[in-house]
Amino acid sequence: MSSTLVLAVVLLMMLASFVVGRQRALATAGGHTRALHSRPPYYGSYVALWAAVPALVLLLLWVVVEPMVVDMVVRNSLPDDVRALPPDKLSLVLTIIDNLVRGRATVGDVPAYAKEAAARQQSLHATASWAMAVLVIGLAAIGFFFGARRIAPTLRARNHVERAATWGLVACSAIAILTTVGIVCSMLFETLHFFSMVPPQDFFFGLVWDPRFSAAGRDGSAGQFGLIPLLWGTVFISLIAMLVAVPIGLLSAIYLSEYAHKTVRAWVKPLLEILAGIPTVVYGFFALSTLGPLFRDIGASVGLDVSATSALTAGVVMGVMIIPFVSSLSDDIINAVPQSLRDGSYALGATQSETIKRVVMPAALPGIVGSVLLAVSRAIGETMIVVMAAGIAAKLTLNPFDSVTTVTVKIVSQLTGDLEFNSPQTLVAFALGLTLFAVTLLLNIYALHIVRKYREQYD
Amino acid sequence: MTDSALPMTAAMANRAPRKLVLNEKRVRSRYAAERRFRAYGIAAIAFGLFFLAWLFVTLVVQGYGALQQSKMRLDVNLDAATLAPGGKVDDTTLRAADYTALLRTALRDTLGVGSDRAQRREAYALLSNGADNELRRIVMADPTLIGKTVPVWVSASADVDTLIKGQIARDLPENQRRLKDRQIAWVDKLVADNRLKKRFNGALFVNGASSDPEQAGMGVAIIGSMYMMLVVLLTALPVGVAAAVYLEEFAARNRWTDLIEVNINNLAAVPSIVFGLLGLAIFLNFFGMPRSAPVVGGLVLSLMTLPVVIIATRASIKAVPPSIREAALGVGASKMQVITHHVLPLALPGILTGTIIGMARALGETAPLLLIGMVAFVVAYPATPFDPATALPVQIYMWAGAPERSFVERTSAAILILLAFLIVMNAAAVLLRRRFERRW
Repeated sequence: MSSTLVLAVVLLMMLASFVVGRQRALATAGGHTRALHSRPPYYGSYVALWAAVPALVLLLLWVVVEPMVVDMVVRNSLPDDVRALPPDKLSLVLTIIDNLVRGRATVGDVPAYAKEAAARQQSLHATASWAMAVLVIGLAAIGFFFGARRIAPTLRARNHVERAATWGLVACSAIAILTTVGIVCSMLFETLHFFSMVPPQDFFFGLVWDPRFSAAGRDGSAGQFGLIPLLWGTVFISLIAMLVAVPIGLLSAIYLSEYAHKTVRAWVKPLLEILAGIPTVVYGFFALSTLGPLFRDIGASVGLDVSATSALTAGVVMGVMIIPFVSSLSDDIINAVPQSLRDGSYALGATQSETIKRVVMPAALPGIVGSVLLAVSRAIGETMIVVMAAGIAAKLTLNPFDSVTTVTVKIVSQLTGDLEFNSPQTLVAFALGLTLFAVTLLLNIYALHIVRKYREQYD
Repeated sequence: MTDSALPMTAAMANRAPRKLVLNEKRVRSRYAAERRFRAYGIAAIAFGLFFLAWLFVTLVVQGYGALQQSKMRLDVNLDAATLAPGGKVDDTTLRAADYTALLRTALRDTLGVGSDRAQRREAYALLSNGADNELRRIVMADPTLIGKTVPVWVSASADVDTLIKGQIARDLPENQRRLKDRQIAWVDKLVADNRLKKRFNGALFVNGASSDPEQAGMGVAIIGSMYMMLVVLLTALPVGVAAAVYLEEFAARNRWTDLIEVNINNLAAVPSIVFGLLGLAIFLNFFGMPRSAPVVGGLVLSLMTLPVVIIATRASIKAVPPSIREAALGVGASKMQVITHHVLPLALPGILTGTIIGMARALGETAPLLLIGMVAFVVAYPATPFDPATALPVQIYMWAGAPERSFVERTSAAILILLAFLIVMNAAAVLLRRRFERRW
């Protein structure tokens, strides 16, 4: 029986338990709702929870654990000489068995022990599925009888149900934590695996990025995994993006909050924010198809050699995408500066722009720095624009017209196509991802800290 | 008062009149600086708006052409001997029949091509590779046509399409063109005979992936994206609301809740590609879920959307006035009843607005989907969320990388369709807020 079918059965049983529980409560009270502690649906939910929750937990555990156990049993039952094979040969055998089990076509001739193992895996899986169906549905039935037997007019069904619901809420809010734990653990695990093949100092301080193909790694010519060129590309492109986004974002925020008429503001602010809502793949396409060729043609007409995928193109487009982040955050911060400071400045005879430059900006500066840092972390983690517009050659260059590459581009390029999870060529992506995660996390925490501290200052 | 004032004015009158404005030049320059500063502000805004307009105009100008596709009207003799040998008309024989031969015969007759093989090859190149599929669909929909000669509209090849749309220059030397002089002459003749014209390109919305631009469509991507949005709705909304209710209504302020809160704020700012790595390591490698499946993409996107839903829900729960809670508690409701019967219904518009905005963001997200194998060449519609599919933004990414000229306009059209979905979702969010938001 498939797990989906079992799930459906359990859900049906849950529904039936609700009805039965509700009826039974009414029956025990002799049809008088007032004799009951809680209202009838609570009794129904009480029985339904007993029927469904233990069974569903078991089902979930089973679905997760069963394949691993079956895998292990099958692997241990392979002949000794096969188990003694080197890891890459062994993984090939396992792939063949997996293909046989799934009924896919296999390449080359299949050894007899693989056929045998596949048959064993299939029979084990079939047995396990039946065992699961019996156990899960049995548990649901036991839960149902247990819950139904406890129904009595004095049972505080509502309190029980509400306590269960509260635990449900706690579990949901723990998912946020679990996600972070999942991110850190999964990447840490694969990163450590990577560092067992490539020393960390070669990764963090290496000046050359040349991973080779995963097949090439086998015959001794290991690739080089230097982080520095990728990090430089990321920083370089982010820098160009900030050179576009910070002045434009800041100036438009100042104009909108200090000068613009209310109706102008009501129209222009949402229009600018559309820029942040456009999917990044659209910016990537625009950079690739319009801006890149445009910059190349302009460069050619003044005698500069501009690559079609250049740091400049990616940086400018990314800068445009980030304008709304800078402007709306700065807008909030500028509005938080108290009017009294401005009035004081006007009273001394300063013009409006002098007030802004000498009074409002210095007062708002920490908050603006915070918002710029948030924008930087956004730029560092941006993927699609750089994948499409920045190129793939990892170079340490200062020339904005040359193509550079970034950490995110390499994560994508190392993880698309055929994957092999025990080659450093694939695993390096997780090390890159962990580096990216750590950098953006620190930037975010620091920036949020600054912004919050600043906000409290004038409250 | 007047006594003391008089000597003062007298004393002042004795002195030389003081200039009210000390240095006109300096004031002028200060005012000029003021005007310049304003101009910078206007220029910055103008740059942003210009870029926005440029982007949209470029996309529309490039993309609207893809809504039409050059089609050819051929009088095809649906020869019974070819289609249903032995008079057997059933699905299997009709599916396997050689429609290309029928189309080629019809094309030869129309153009008057003899038996010269080079000439024939050039003539056949005018037809799309997928034209036989189109004819098959027509015949299978109405088998009574077999044995008759019927006029059908089938797609012309991408080269003909670009020629009709004026996207390739006719005056290049012949060896630099994809179409030879003879082929261009045929195309002109067909156009003059009213047999070749641009018609609405339904395939763009319906078909799956194809390496022939004229047959490529976004059907699979649209369905894949819809499955993903369904998964996001079914997981991120309940979990996010539950988490927000707990944090806002039940949780004591302690280290545990502080930790959750910091976590949620940080998750909202984690780069999207990191979620892709999570999906690859946990969902694909650890749990062994299928690659390219919308259900995995949906789960990854719902983890990304979760913080958005939680933050929006908390804000709208906070906006429900305490008096409502107190009134319900006062008539004997339990805390859970207060929340489910009163607070959540009142907060619902805000929650839904936040969810829709979060989903709109998830719909446009590409990077994490690249890592879990959504970059796939999928021809058939996915029957369930566990079957391989692509997503709208991923389809855009794939088409953007295709070398053919015809894919440029299709990419732009795909982007316009994606943007249309986003605009509809955001407009729904705004309407919901306008219509149902209450102020106490």
